[in-house]
Amino acid sequence: MADLSPAKPIAARPPAGVPSAVPRNPTSATAGEMEVAFDIAGFSLWYGTNQALFGVDIRIPARAVTAIIGPSGCGKSTFLRALNRMHELTPGTRIAGSLRLFGEDLYAASIDPVVVRRRVGMVFQKSNPFPTMSIADNVLVGLRLNGVRDRKLLRDRLEESLRMAALWDEVKDHLDRPGISLSGGQQQRLCIARALAVQPEVLLMDEPCSALDPIATAKIEELINELRASYTVIIVTHNMQQAARVSNRTAFFYLGKLVEYDQTRTIFMNPSNPQTEAYVAGRFG
Amino acid sequence: MSTDPSPFTPSARQHAWRKLVSGAMAGLMFICAVVVMAPIFMVLYFLIREGASALDWNFLTQLPKPSGELGGGMANAIVGTFVLLAMAAAIGVPIGVMGGIYLAEYGSEWANSWIRFMADVLNGVPSIVWGMVVWGLLVVPFKTFSAYAGGVALGLMMIPLVMRTTEEVLLLVPQGYREAGLALGIARWKIITVIVVKTALKGIITGILIATARVAGETAPLLFTALGNNFWSHRLSEPISALPLQIFSYAISPYDDWHRQAWAGALVLMALILTLNVLVRILSRDRKFN
Repeated sequence: MADLSPAKPIAARPPAGVPSAVPRNPTSATAGEMEVAFDIAGFSLWYGTNQALFGVDIRIPARAVTAIIGPSGCGKSTFLRALNRMHELTPGTRIAGSLRLFGEDLYAASIDPVVVRRRVGMVFQKSNPFPTMSIADNVLVGLRLNGVRDRKLLRDRLEESLRMAALWDEVKDHLDRPGISLSGGQQQRLCIARALAVQPEVLLMDEPCSALDPIATAKIEELINELRASYTVIIVTHNMQQAARVSNRTAFFYLGKLVEYDQTRTIFMNPSNPQTEAYVAGRFG
Repeated sequence: MSTDPSPFTPSARQHAWRKLVSGAMAGLMFICAVVVMAPIFMVLYFLIREGASALDWNFLTQLPKPSGELGGGMANAIVGTFVLLAMAAAIGVPIGVMGGIYLAEYGSEWANSWIRFMADVLNGVPSIVWGMVVWGLLVVPFKTFSAYAGGVALGLMMIPLVMRTTEEVLLLVPQGYREAGLALGIARWKIITVIVVKTALKGIITGILIATARVAGETAPLLFTALGNNFWSHRLSEPISALPLQIFSYAISPYDDWHRQAWAGALVLMALILTLNVLVRILSRDRKFN
């Protein structure tokens, strides 16, 4: 458990010299050892004429949990949705600046947003299993609709994904029941399993526990802790205790700007910006 | 203690009066609601009283007899109605459903408002006008009345009906399912066909059945297109009979026997439409998406 401690610096976690399948970012200035997943510079976003994000600069580490906090309307969900281009569903949006995932510009003209979303999965605030599908079909739909036909692969991936989402033991005997027959917390874990089944490089979570009771929340948080080893997780949360519990790093957004971004312990114990301090102390927001 | 009555606290008499008015109004509205049901029972009563005597096996299996001869049936008209409905559905369902998908999933606000407006205008076009237009379009150039023309006339009437109901049920599918699909890296057209349309499928089928029931009883569009006849039609390029047409021509005839058969035909047509409506009820019993 020690190496899962949120406050432990990322840079110390992966053993040095372990070869990585993904290219490291040699220009990383903040931490030479830290593998950067998202490298974002001067990123702004507009809904029509309404600017929602103002020149965000942030480097989000790979294989770690990054929490995004801030009061309602601060742009944290917008920022999250920009990471896999989901905001493009809203007509009339426009962006500026650069957003790179493992060195690749996700907004390059040659990049298909569908492919971006295959690499950057997402779990939503409200659990949304497909109502016409069984538990198994829900988990496998991403693979099936992307052309995977190999039965053995599908069977393996089904179990693997449900195990990773800590749901396997609860559902293994009735995989053909409708996904919506599960409880709220189970449905959310089913959605996580569904997102993991396509093996994205990054998992975005948009307030995944805000509709769940404390027990279900604890399960999801435990799950996030386990995902940390192999996934890059970025979680938007309204719940500061949750951010403190699950994340390695925390970014505080306010009025569309990234106010402060640091180790989670630093943000909560010793923030350098007075606004951050006021927010984490519960004085506004 | 102040005895000043608050204007918001009614006296006992005021209270009694209000309760009386409230009860009377609620009763009036209940009666109005019941009046809706009365015509249905009236229709069924008359159809059964007048038509049941002529409704027998022969009526369902035999061709019409020449005038003056007793007996005969409407077998060809019953089959003709099904043939025409099949052709109408072949035109109205694909175009209507795809148009509805466009409206709900793809169309820009500007395009949608125009398409919806046009569809609503089309819904209001009198059915006799459809008959005349298709007559000009398909009967005059080919110099013959035909089943095709009748099917096209009914199909054109179905398009706006199917389109609007398809759009409505697709919009009821929560946006979260589309987003969930997109977040899995699934292409948009697959999300729409495999997830969204499937979720709304019952609603779409309900809309199709309602539209079918609606055109099943149409007479005017068939008068100058399918025309009707008294024998089996072997080609769709020839006139074909249909229940509403046969009912119409028998009802305006001078023969009592034909009048009875017209009633029986109306009873069969009504039974067909009722069946479709019962199907709709069964399908839409549990239409919810969460």
